[in-house]
Amino acid sequence: MENILQQLVNGLSLGSIYALIALGYTMVYGIIKLINFAHGEIYMLGAFIGYVFIQYFHLPFFVALVGAMICCAGIGVLIEFLAYRPLRGSTRIAALITAIGVSFLIQNVMKLRFFAGAEPRAFPQAIEQKMIEVGPIMVSNIQLLILGTTVVLMLGLQIIVMKTKMGKAMRAVSVDADAAMLMGISVNQTISFTFAIGSALAAAGGVMIGLYYNSIDPMMGVTPGLKAFVAAVFGGIGLIPGAALGGFSIGLIETFVSASSIEGLSAYKDAIVYFILIIVLLIKPTGLLGKNTKEKV
Amino acid sequence: MRKNLKYNLSWLLLAVAVYLGIFVLKSVGLLSGIVEDTLSLIGINVILAVGLNLIIGFSGQFSLGHAGFMAIGAYATAIFTQIQSTYTGFLLSILIGVGITIVVALVVGIPTLRLKGDYLAIATLGIAEIIRILIVNGKDDLSQGIFATGGAAGVFGIVDYANWEVIYIFMVLTTIIIANFIHSSTGRTVLSIREDEIAAEAMGVNSTKVKVLAFVLGAATASIAGSLHASYIQTIVPGDFGFMKSVDILIIVVFGGIGSLTGSFVAAILLGILNHVLRNVQAISDYRMIVYALALIIIMIFKPGGLLGKKELSMKKLFQRIGKGGKENASVDR
Repeated sequence: MENILQQLVNGLSLGSIYALIALGYTMVYGIIKLINFAHGEIYMLGAFIGYVFIQYFHLPFFVALVGAMICCAGIGVLIEFLAYRPLRGSTRIAALITAIGVSFLIQNVMKLRFFAGAEPRAFPQAIEQKMIEVGPIMVSNIQLLILGTTVVLMLGLQIIVMKTKMGKAMRAVSVDADAAMLMGISVNQTISFTFAIGSALAAAGGVMIGLYYNSIDPMMGVTPGLKAFVAAVFGGIGLIPGAALGGFSIGLIETFVSASSIEGLSAYKDAIVYFILIIVLLIKPTGLLGKNTKEKV
Repeated sequence: MRKNLKYNLSWLLLAVAVYLGIFVLKSVGLLSGIVEDTLSLIGINVILAVGLNLIIGFSGQFSLGHAGFMAIGAYATAIFTQIQSTYTGFLLSILIGVGITIVVALVVGIPTLRLKGDYLAIATLGIAEIIRILIVNGKDDLSQGIFATGGAAGVFGIVDYANWEVIYIFMVLTTIIIANFIHSSTGRTVLSIREDEIAAEAMGVNSTKVKVLAFVLGAATASIAGSLHASYIQTIVPGDFGFMKSVDILIIVVFGGIGSLTGSFVAAILLGILNHVLRNVQAISDYRMIVYALALIIIMIFKPGGLLGKKELSMKKLFQRIGKGGKENASVDR
């Protein structure tokens, strides 16, 4: 029982990182139907920008976190403007390949010695890790910080999407871009804004994972990026609550499989995640929260 | 039938001519080992790209798991040639790989091909990852069981029966099979599903069956390419068949033109040459992947349909053009 509670906490903190990245995936997908493969790289850039802020400018952790979020929001908008906007009218697969190209480009530019080099770097411990005993389980203050920040960011996102004018525009564009344009919504601005928000969330995830795992490198975005995409599909891609649910589910499944007492099972944790994903898709082909839309002829 | 014979013969002549061309260049000594290496890798990539193009370009199903099927073929060869390291053993291992792949593709394809678009993409990606993880967790050597994949360290010292000639022959064979499949009546139903699945079903096409057929055929060629890859490189590790490999193949298909076999050939050759140059010129080898990525983005922005779009080089049109003195717009055929 204690073990289960303990793993629940571990799973939730890992899951919240996946959820933060998945939110960016799902928002971009919802608005322009693009699987933004460069999203995992934004997360990596966020971690590196946070690293620079803390290591070289000696900024406090939260200032570095916000700084990285703002920088990555800018980078996200720039990527959309340079690489995805010219492809707005073309096929989705062309846009997907461009996204993969952008992802390769960022990884390899960061691997150059001039920028970061291929070697992993130690993330500075801006906040000293302390273990807090809550009843029978041990929780580190960093886990609490990750969970707390994620919840605050998700609430913030919910307010932006549901209560502000920009959020309304985002929802309108995702339902029907042409109709939204006729209503006087600037579609390009709305899409830029979506990229900014999504990238900022990924950056927050990157900085926090740097603090949690202590090590960052230019390839760190690939696996979490893929897992977050799985999480977004798991919950129903295009749906913001779906991304949160998917992220937490994937984090929990992964943690429980690797901690399970069955011998040798932990080596198969990724396989089990994908297997469950496929089963979910077969039973509910649009993800857990997705609604089935009737195809019209 | 007789007319087709003419076109088929001319294709065959072309294939033989290219083979002789390479052979002569090689015996004269104009082809260095590195160039031959590049040619062989291009050949393997052509097999992979043509197979994936059948799935993505012709049946319109978005698969991100092509490397998984390649891995099955590669490991079938790696393991079986340890048991029987003869030339027959090598050919048998290709057959075994194809057999296993067909079974896996059927088991996987029948349920998942009901999914659409991105959901199918992620399901196939998941299957490729599952295959890779199973291989990573395989036994160390044959004394521990037949599933001796060597774990994360992989298998090395695989018998090298696949030289450029073997690869070339298999490339021609798989291309002939796929091209003929596309032009058969079943092939036309495959195309109809790409164009409009609902309309095709209304016309009586059994869409699931046809989609699974195209998927299985594409997967089987990937397995052949995997076997050749294993025997040519002689060392395989599970990391070779990850998500990145699937993306590499996808890039060739999209770069050449989705739904154009000629395009897959052109793209595999061009990207192969690009890779060759970038790898072997000292000054820019550090920037290889950056140039590759930039080229990809720029081509997609300026030519989003790929280099050839859906155009094919067609002997039929070529002959007609020669016959009519080039009045018609030739070599444009779906």
